[in-house]
Amino acid sequence: MFGVVKQKMLRLSLTQIRPAVSALRSYSSAAKQMTVREALNSALDEEMSADPKVFLMGEEVGEYQGAYKISKGLLEKYGPERVLDTPITEAGFAGIGVGAAYYGLKPVVEFMTFNFSMQAIDHIINSAAKSNYMSAGQMSVPIVFRGPNGAAAGVGAQHSQCYASWYASCPGLKVLMPYSSEDARGLLKAAIRDPDPVVFLENELLYGESFPVSDEFLDSSFCLPIGKAKIERVGKDVTITAFSKMVGHALKAAEILEKDGIDAEVINLRSIRPLDRSTISASIRKTNRLITVEEGFPQHGVGAEICASVVEESFAYLDAPVERIAGADVPMPYAANLERMAVPQVEDIVRAAKRACYRSEPLAAVA
Amino acid sequence: MAFFSKNSRTIINNLKSKAGLSRLMKQSRNCCSMSCLNNTNCCRFIPLTTIPQLRNPDSYSHKKGFLFCFQRFQSTTSEQQFASLPNGEHNQELDFPGGKVVLSPEMQFLSESPCVYNHCYRVLDDNGQLISNSNFVQVSEEIAVKMYSNMATLQILDTIFYEAQRQGRISFYVTTIGEEAINIASAAALKSDDIVFPQYREPGVLLWRGFTLQEFANQCFGNKADYGKGRQMPVHYGSNKLNYFTVASTIATQIPHAVGAAYSLKMDKKDACAVTYFGDGGTSEGDFHAALNFAAVTESPVIFICRNNGWAISTPTSDQFRSEGIAVRGQAYGVRSIRVDGNDALAMYSAVHAAREMAINEHRPILVEAVTYRVGHHSTSDDSTKYRPADEIEWWKMARDPVTRFRKWIEANGWWGSETESQLRSSIRNQLLQAIQIAERAEKPPVNDLFTDVYDNIPSNLHEQEKWLRGTINRHPKDYPADVPV
Repeated sequence: MFGVVKQKMLRLSLTQIRPAVSALRSYSSAAKQMTVREALNSALDEEMSADPKVFLMGEEVGEYQGAYKISKGLLEKYGPERVLDTPITEAGFAGIGVGAAYYGLKPVVEFMTFNFSMQAIDHIINSAAKSNYMSAGQMSVPIVFRGPNGAAAGVGAQHSQCYASWYASCPGLKVLMPYSSEDARGLLKAAIRDPDPVVFLENELLYGESFPVSDEFLDSSFCLPIGKAKIERVGKDVTITAFSKMVGHALKAAEILEKDGIDAEVINLRSIRPLDRSTISASIRKTNRLITVEEGFPQHGVGAEICASVVEESFAYLDAPVERIAGADVPMPYAANLERMAVPQVEDIVRAAKRACYRSEPLAAVA
Repeated sequence: MAFFSKNSRTIINNLKSKAGLSRLMKQSRNCCSMSCLNNTNCCRFIPLTTIPQLRNPDSYSHKKGFLFCFQRFQSTTSEQQFASLPNGEHNQELDFPGGKVVLSPEMQFLSESPCVYNHCYRVLDDNGQLISNSNFVQVSEEIAVKMYSNMATLQILDTIFYEAQRQGRISFYVTTIGEEAINIASAAALKSDDIVFPQYREPGVLLWRGFTLQEFANQCFGNKADYGKGRQMPVHYGSNKLNYFTVASTIATQIPHAVGAAYSLKMDKKDACAVTYFGDGGTSEGDFHAALNFAAVTESPVIFICRNNGWAISTPTSDQFRSEGIAVRGQAYGVRSIRVDGNDALAMYSAVHAAREMAINEHRPILVEAVTYRVGHHSTSDDSTKYRPADEIEWWKMARDPVTRFRKWIEANGWWGSETESQLRSSIRNQLLQAIQIAERAEKPPVNDLFTDVYDNIPSNLHEQEKWLRGTINRHPKDYPADVPV
């Protein structure tokens, strides 16, 4: 499967003939499928092919084909100078990546998981995010930090934290979180092409998931805009914002809610910084009710920012209190039953939506 | 040739689990028989046929790939080596994937300090006389005079700006007193294409490259003409044009940056290197260790210059580390290193000159440890007499001054005299005082510079915020200072 897709993309990028593309479009009756892993791999491959300044660096990205096989085949194709297996030092290779970016190259730095990025966070924040501002435009940092983020399955506290709100609070960074293969490919291409530092938070459990893809998606120039959310499901009764794995949960919750006569609108944020406040605002002004969903810790999370923002901008349009669904306020436990209870489930989203629609008792005490 | 004994198969199976070896081995099976693995001669052919990018023997990646392949296969021949050595010998060699070892039945710990102290390279004695039998890179009269003028200028610059801070005209300053030779001599040995990643005690490098006194003053006063648009504290200079990356306050973060840039220079095949400066305290940071290790592994053309001046604010080196200086640390990481008398301008020049050649021609990192003394306080927020004796400071200032020492040498050569000395000093002083006056009176950066450069393009939320801010300023002009242009 992967080989076929790769050949097709290479052919398209080589010829870049418009008529050929539109001809393909007319044959798109059978929906093609692609996993998120393949989507990321294809994006990396094409961007490295198109721009010799792009190079990949991280632990196990070369010989091992990537800890999660995202960089499969890239070492063989581009050689050890452009696919660099690093020693075990996140602080080291993040710093080296920033230095290469200062010079003018376009590094893609992979963290085995973003939990390990904490060892490099000084370089991400102080050396990458702030440099353009501190140097008054003399030092730009066209770098991408990517890797799996958030909970996986049975990996415990030090491998399960979500860093979306940590990085999204910092001016100078852009923070992207794909859900589907389309998101993964389009946003990674946009991130690599962007002149600002981008933190690209993937999800390990989504790597193997397959999504239908369009022909436009397969073109090498395919790119998604940074800062635009996607309305995955149009609705009119309640707005559910989600990102990454939780988008899937929100869509399942919406199907369940439909049977109960609640028409939920599901927004896939895609971009945590900059946050697409106008799409969220327009949705609230239509539905008048808001549920935010995230996997990460509740305090100071992404949901907190969205709720505050909606209250500031669209208070008069709200018909119910805003509610946040988030992970439990505990380090992630390992035992499967405990882990399940520490992460939002579809039922949690369904119950919250019903509360927002006054179909069940509110959580807060009614005096 | 009976090559695959049981033991070597076990070794190979163990090694197979290491990433990459199995792939290479699969390829080797395709191109030649198994016997190849035991005949190191044959190894040379494996990379060329199976790894495409190695087909061009002139490309650097060829050498790297070849070395990589060769070293990996070395370890599988251990069985053969072992069998060929006579039994009962004490100094048997053995290859492990982690390195070649010489076996010995004697239990010996490496000492925590070397028995012989590291040589410290110096060329001029304390009186500025050339030491006999010294080898150094010859310096022309023009360069020597320029070096001395810059060292003297740096001294005066520091004195006047320090006074300006004491008078409340600037908020903060960091002097380089005592380290003028390190600054200027190292800069003189570099070329303008070499990229500099400073800590914060190296304005001399900028001065050498042509940063004007006015430009220094503008940054310290944070005015409209500051290249940093008033965004940073004084002494955080930077200049793209002069290949000097803007000073950041974080310690040692510039060290891995320099390695990244050096790696990029190598990829671009440029005739230039990256140079980074840091103090003795900076070598305790994780970034120092990660960067040196990385530079050695990636064979990057970078020069690490450590200003070992004995103090990290109030922390003396005895509380900072217990290794015998910094040069030995370089060796531990596989980096060629040298210890130099940092107050000897001629020795510094020669060492950095040689380091640069090796870094660029041999694609290797070099560590230069320049031992010196921080004569000034750490910064204007520090009073170092609180933690060290005032007469120690005075002694280093008067008896071991690098500027005076170099002056004696150029005077002995007939290139400098007392007239040129007083002319230079008064001229620089006047220029500086004028530059400060101009910088002080200049306008501050405009309000919209608060919002630019956060990103490449100003995002919509910042446009909004700027609008609100201007609205507030217009409604309440009395609350805003008059010298901030709107």
